Amino acid sequence: MTDWDRFVFTFFNWKVMAEYLPKIVEGFILTVELALLIVVSGLALGLALAVIRSFGIRPLNWLIVFVVDLFRALPPLVIIVLIYFGLPSLGPAPSGFVSTWISLTLVLAAFAEEIVWGGILAVPKGQWEAARSTGLGFTATLTHVVLPQALRICIPPLTNRTIAITKGTALGSVVAVAEILSVASGAVAFSSNPSPLTLGAIAYLILFIPVVAFGRWVETRFAWKR
Amino acid sequence: MLSGVATARPIVDAIGIHKHFGALHVLKGVDLVVSERELVFVIGPSGSGKSTLLRCCNRLETPSSGSVMVDGIDLLDRRTDINLARQRIGMVFQQFNLYPHMTARGNVTLALRKVAGKSRAEADELADAALARVGLAEKAEAYPLELSGGQQQRVAIARAIALEPRVMLFDEPTSALDPELVGGVLAVMRSLREAGMTMVVVSHEMAFARAAADRVVFMDHGVIVEQGTPAQVFGAPQQERTRAFLRQLDH
Ligand SMILES: Nc1ncnc2c1ncn2[C@@H]1O[C@H](COP(=O)(O)OP(=O)(O)OP(=O)(O)O)[C@@H](O)[C@H]1O
Ligand SMILES: [Mg+2]
Repeated sequence: MTDWDRFVFTFFNWKVMAEYLPKIVEGFILTVELALLIVVSGLALGLALAVIRSFGIRPLNWLIVFVVDLFRALPPLVIIVLIYFGLPSLGPAPSGFVSTWISLTLVLAAFAEEIVWGGILAVPKGQWEAARSTGLGFTATLTHVVLPQALRICIPPLTNRTIAITKGTALGSVVAVAEILSVASGAVAFSSNPSPLTLGAIAYLILFIPVVAFGRWVETRFAWKR
Repeated sequence: MLSGVATARPIVDAIGIHKHFGALHVLKGVDLVVSERELVFVIGPSGSGKSTLLRCCNRLETPSSGSVMVDGIDLLDRRTDINLARQRIGMVFQQFNLYPHMTARGNVTLALRKVAGKSRAEADELADAALARVGLAEKAEAYPLELSGGQQQRVAIARAIALEPRVMLFDEPTSALDPELVGGVLAVMRSLREAGMTMVVVSHEMAFARAAADRVVFMDHGVIVEQGTPAQVFGAPQQERTRAFLRQLDH
């Protein structure tokens, strides 16, 4: 066996790959579901928090800042493990899937809140004043004038964060979520061959390259019309 | 213009306005009374409080004390619906402040639809009429970035007049414009004046003041130092501070 043959046998073993492909596909589908849930709920919660924060209710804003800083500071894996292994002692016992979903949603929401809030602050004061001077109220100004501009500013950092945090679905493998990495490493243990990991990597690429491309498209689509 | 309306209620009736920003005392008891159809021109050195005074007239700033009535509405009364009141007070800013994500028509229709409660069709019609008044009928679909500064400022004027305000406040409407674009904006302001709009204008366009103002108000350090007709204030200023300011403008 040449070095090349050994490399192919180790990482591109077609027999092993074919055997575990169906499992990896299942893991892929589960990962897509988990990722979609995290993106939708994380972004919605983050946006909602930023909007609430803009109303400037002091005690509420302290709470938001505290929670947001907390979830930005904690490593996502720590949050997942705390919820999965810690919560049951308090009563509810979420599954690994739900634990991962909740954890990454909170992390994404925290970062999204900071980014959207930054976007709201980046909209010039004159925009508020112009809108208010025509009689638009605070909420109408926020929804029709400020947020559309803030979100455009936010799209690049928001896309980056969303992708980074959604990749954290792989952390679910620690709490028995049958997502791509978990399925692939299980298959490696069974077959004593790392080829399923190659499949797993390909599955991640298939999942995230479109997401990255979509992010780019959104960025250009919502750039200022000139 | 002042005679004949002596018994009529003034459109702007701001009395004894004080404004503090922290320790900074910016307005020190200013009275600004503007009659219907009057064009009052406010001049003064930088930092004298001109913008602050103007912004007190639509409560973008809340005076520390004093009273502000506009078209009979007490702006400082808690029970006043300030958003309703502001519909009657148009404001034009130095930096135009058009909404960059909306077309010229979108800029004008937003308040018509969300505040005045017009339908989209009605609002579009009113917006196109307002844009025609500022000479930009053909630019209704253009985004602010596609317009020159002068055109943007005229859209900003259209946005304000579409709401049919009782008074228009201009805060240095031509200061951010290249010299060749100033004329177009001043022409629009002159046509508004000819149509009988009540206006308060903060500006350094002295030629415009001479030609169009009923009254010139000179402010310095938060007080009105002197006021009168353009001929009085420019031709024969009574106060040394006014003379010094006008002298330094000539250079
Ligand atoms: N929001 C604010 N907070 C603190 N200080 C302010 C604020 N707005 C204005 N000031 C101060 O109040 C003073 C008067 O400002 P204002 O903008 O009314 O002057 P102005 O006469 O319009 O000057 P300019 O010709 O430069 O526009 C200035 O010293 C300014 O720094
Ligand atoms: Mg000013």
